[in-house]
Amino acid sequence: MINKTKLSAVALFLGPSLLIIALFFFMPVIAAFAMSFTDFDIYALGNLDYLRFVAFKNYSTLLSDPLFWTAIKNTFYFVMVGGPLSVAASLAAAVLLNSKFIRFKGVFRLIYFLPVVTTHVAVAIVWRYIYHPRFGLLNYLLGFIGLGPVDWLGDPNWSMPAIILLVVWKNFGYNMVIFIAGLQNIPEELYEAASIEGASAWQQFKHITIPQLAPTTLFISVITMIGYFQLFAEPYVMTQGGPLNSTLSIVLYMYQEGFRWWNIGYSTALAFMLTIIILIGTSIQFKLQKERNG
Amino acid sequence: MAKVKKYLVLALVIFVAVITFLPFLWMVSASFMPTGASNTYPPKLFPEKFDFSHYQVLFSRLNLTRYLLNSIIISLGATFFSLFLNSMGGYAFAKFRFSKKESLFKFLLSSMIIPGQVTMLPVFLLLKNMGLINTYWAIIVPGMASIFGIFLIRQYAFSIPDSMIEAAKMDGATELQIYLKVILPLCKPILVTLGLFTFMGTWNDFLWPLIVMTDSNMYTLPVALANLSSEHVQDTEMLMAGSVITIVPVLIVFLALQKYYIKGIMMGSVKE
Repeated sequence: MINKTKLSAVALFLGPSLLIIALFFFMPVIAAFAMSFTDFDIYALGNLDYLRFVAFKNYSTLLSDPLFWTAIKNTFYFVMVGGPLSVAASLAAAVLLNSKFIRFKGVFRLIYFLPVVTTHVAVAIVWRYIYHPRFGLLNYLLGFIGLGPVDWLGDPNWSMPAIILLVVWKNFGYNMVIFIAGLQNIPEELYEAASIEGASAWQQFKHITIPQLAPTTLFISVITMIGYFQLFAEPYVMTQGGPLNSTLSIVLYMYQEGFRWWNIGYSTALAFMLTIIILIGTSIQFKLQKERNG
Repeated sequence: MAKVKKYLVLALVIFVAVITFLPFLWMVSASFMPTGASNTYPPKLFPEKFDFSHYQVLFSRLNLTRYLLNSIIISLGATFFSLFLNSMGGYAFAKFRFSKKESLFKFLLSSMIIPGQVTMLPVFLLLKNMGLINTYWAIIVPGMASIFGIFLIRQYAFSIPDSMIEAAKMDGATELQIYLKVILPLCKPILVTLGLFTFMGTWNDFLWPLIVMTDSNMYTLPVALANLSSEHVQDTEMLMAGSVITIVPVLIVFLALQKYYIKGIMMGSVKE
């Protein structure tokens, strides 16, 4: 017979944290869902009598709102290109640092990790100048190999690649740390056996490293994707969503609608669209992984 | 052949390190250059002479002391409360026995997939009704407990042997005494990790402070910096100084405790 903990103790220990989570997470989620079916706006904010139930109107307006589709397109561009690039950069850095040729691994790991812990806003401001078309460091360096100059943040074709480049630079260290741990869990014998049979480094990477890392890669891909769908600070600071809305992300659009124009009903509908997209994206990734494992 | 490979790998590792470090180097250098000196072609990586005036202006004329103080108070406050609430919750989920415990925890974990942005407007309205907008509490209170924090503590608290808790009970300790005298001291490493995550997360956060701090006296450093950057686009050197001031405190904290941070990432990435 297992002794149950006294109910008063359970309430004392779990009560405070669950109360906070209920009050500031679960109830707001429900409230937001309810609001997304109303025309909650700046007038209703002043006087709730103006609040009306509009059923699916916010959602149907969204679907015919060109800016919504622009935000969707931009965010997907960012997630589909930036996500895989990020994961690939992390994996490459992890394999590199895991090499037996490298000494002072801790120092390099620390340097690679520094961008992860620095403030988004500060980094975005610094990169805004690195991307400067005339005086920026990047165009200067590209000049050596005969490229450019590119108007990174001023040209709608280059603005999103510029944000992707910055975000890959900022984040690769995080997933790299997880990949390094994954690499160290792969049994050394697998590689020894493969080299005896004459497998090249690339073959070993393809047939041992990649399959062995599959669970780690799935985890990393999912958290990276979820995080990247929430792109906000970088376009807010660097481009304000421009030029020509080329970097307007879903969350940035949501912020503008909700907190600049106080279209609260509309903005919460946007938030739920984002949630649905993230849920679909996550389940697709799990499904793909399952199929690959046969 | 092996030697060629060795130098190739080494060159690559150093190349990546340089790329990673270059923006930081440029930021710090530019912050010490006289106004306008960083906007030259070719770009300069080091200042010709050191000019501290941007830092002076930021602290004297542009109220940066106040923002720095705001950031420190909010980050420390959030860290303090979140350590208490999450450790109590996490410990209860690991060691208490009550019905529906596992299903409650699973429910919490699965809800983590909902992006936090969904809650922003309702939480803003709630805080507004509570009169907390433009107070430190607007950031501290919603962050006092988190599912991730509870999860982290729970994973760690599993490793505490039941016998220690039983022994304390035999000695007549109450649940609260056990938590304070046995559990908290044993959880020190994970508390450092969670504290570090909370502190750095709160310090670096931008979207939430941007929303709840509309009075410029209450800005945190990132909000103040973003604001400054739209008002003083041309003052590159001063903005770099502002960036340095924003980044340096978190970097110091991180460098001092990086071991705990890495451990936390590993624990967060271990699924059940």
